[in-house]
Amino acid sequence: MSEPIKVVPMPVRLEYTVTAGRTYSRYLHALAQKRIIGGRCPSCTKVYVPPRGSCPTCGVPTGEELALPHSATVTTFCVVNIPFGAMPFRPPYVVAALLLDGADLPILHLVRGIEADQVRMGLRVRAVWVPDGELAPTVESIRWFEPSGEPDAAYETYEAHL
Amino acid sequence: MRRRVAVVAFAQLPNVRRDTEREETELVLPVVNAALEQARLTRADLGFTCSGSSDYLLGRPFSFVSALDALAPWPPASESHVEMDGAWALYEAWVRLQCGDIDTALVYAYGKSSLGDLRDVLTQQLDPYYLAPLGPDSVSLAALQARALLDAGGCSERELAQIAARSRAAALDNPYAQVRKRCDVDQLLGEPYFVAPLRKHDCPPISDGACAVVLAAEPAALRCNDRPAFITGIDHRIEAHALGARDLTTSASTRLAAGHAGALEGTFDLAELHAPFTHQEIILRRALGLSAEVNVNPSGGALAANPMMVAGLARIGEAATRLSRGEGRRALAHATSGPCLQQNLVCVLEAS
Repeated sequence: MSEPIKVVPMPVRLEYTVTAGRTYSRYLHALAQKRIIGGRCPSCTKVYVPPRGSCPTCGVPTGEELALPHSATVTTFCVVNIPFGAMPFRPPYVVAALLLDGADLPILHLVRGIEADQVRMGLRVRAVWVPDGELAPTVESIRWFEPSGEPDAAYETYEAHL
Repeated sequence: MRRRVAVVAFAQLPNVRRDTEREETELVLPVVNAALEQARLTRADLGFTCSGSSDYLLGRPFSFVSALDALAPWPPASESHVEMDGAWALYEAWVRLQCGDIDTALVYAYGKSSLGDLRDVLTQQLDPYYLAPLGPDSVSLAALQARALLDAGGCSERELAQIAARSRAAALDNPYAQVRKRCDVDQLLGEPYFVAPLRKHDCPPISDGACAVVLAAEPAALRCNDRPAFITGIDHRIEAHALGARDLTTSASTRLAAGHAGALEGTFDLAELHAPFTHQEIILRRALGLSAEVNVNPSGGALAANPMMVAGLARIGEAATRLSRGEGRRALAHATSGPCLQQNLVCVLEAS
């Protein structure tokens, strides 16, 4: 009697050509020009990075677009210690929520140029860009953020944006 | 005792072969705004929202969560989602309104059928053990059904071409439709087979689109629309997953749903049938017992525009809009899902 079949591999592969949409495309194209743009909701005045097709509080597009400085505050962060397939660096390394100056919502990006165990809430950082020839419409045009040397931001300055 | 609930607003985007400009929020926001404006409501007035879409079409998980931004769900809104055509989201909203504690509900659906190879994507809705691994695509399965119907003497290829020509011509009056033209039936029959016995005109276009419907219970419905289209019956049924276990030339689930929705009694001024393939209109007409006088698919139907996850809800919206405009008193709307009319929803609408 033969062994009963317990496993049948059935690989599925589907390919998609996904477009980013009008609003997010403008954000990506700006990154290729070494600019970070946000969008201000005309109703609640919150500044979103990236700009959004609809403010989730007000239900209107974040109309006015503005260029943001490349400096930010670490609001929260995590130290990645466990290796996995497509990781950008050998652990430990830090992924942080970064509140760009003038923005109301943080973006996620890498923090380098500092030991992982030294990263802290309130740490001031600035964007490190890829060389101009490598700029492209992707958030990877910013290689990472590194400490700017400014004094830490007071908790009250980012408390409302956690 | 059922609560009387009406379709009071319907808005849709023009259906296109490939929309390269809009992501989820940008698809949904304009139709939600337009439907709410028609219904003289704001987001804050809504008691419930339900949406229909599929991550398999968008090619990424939880895409419906991104779309929620258009709803302005903060502070938290009462909201739900079905991984199905929006017609089933409408059913959920109708059930929710029966609870009696809320008066209005928003239903929206969006779908970009163009991002992947739609025929391959739809293969993934088949039974994953015995059928999907064989790789039959959606058009091939529809062709098997058409072949079964032709062999059983249930229709001729000429009748199929006539349905295509009538649908495309009807769509000339529908600015949102995608395939709009006059066609000569003999010329259509001269075209080569696409997947025999189906020709291109027997198959739906691949469409990107979005639509939204507002439901309101009495008496709110009369504040939202001067001539609301009341849902007097609605039901949906599903058939066996295994295609080999079904008689593909009939639609038992449509018949059953129609009976429960009260669609087998009385007459209709118009019917919007979600028949993506020409031969499916014949199967549905018979299952529903529609007489030859009924105006079927004045919008052009799914043969003129077939945005996945949207086209079924659009049938209900189209039928209701026509009643509200005074083009009839009683309409039948139908939505389908799955291969070969696997699951069917029947909705009876009446305007007084």
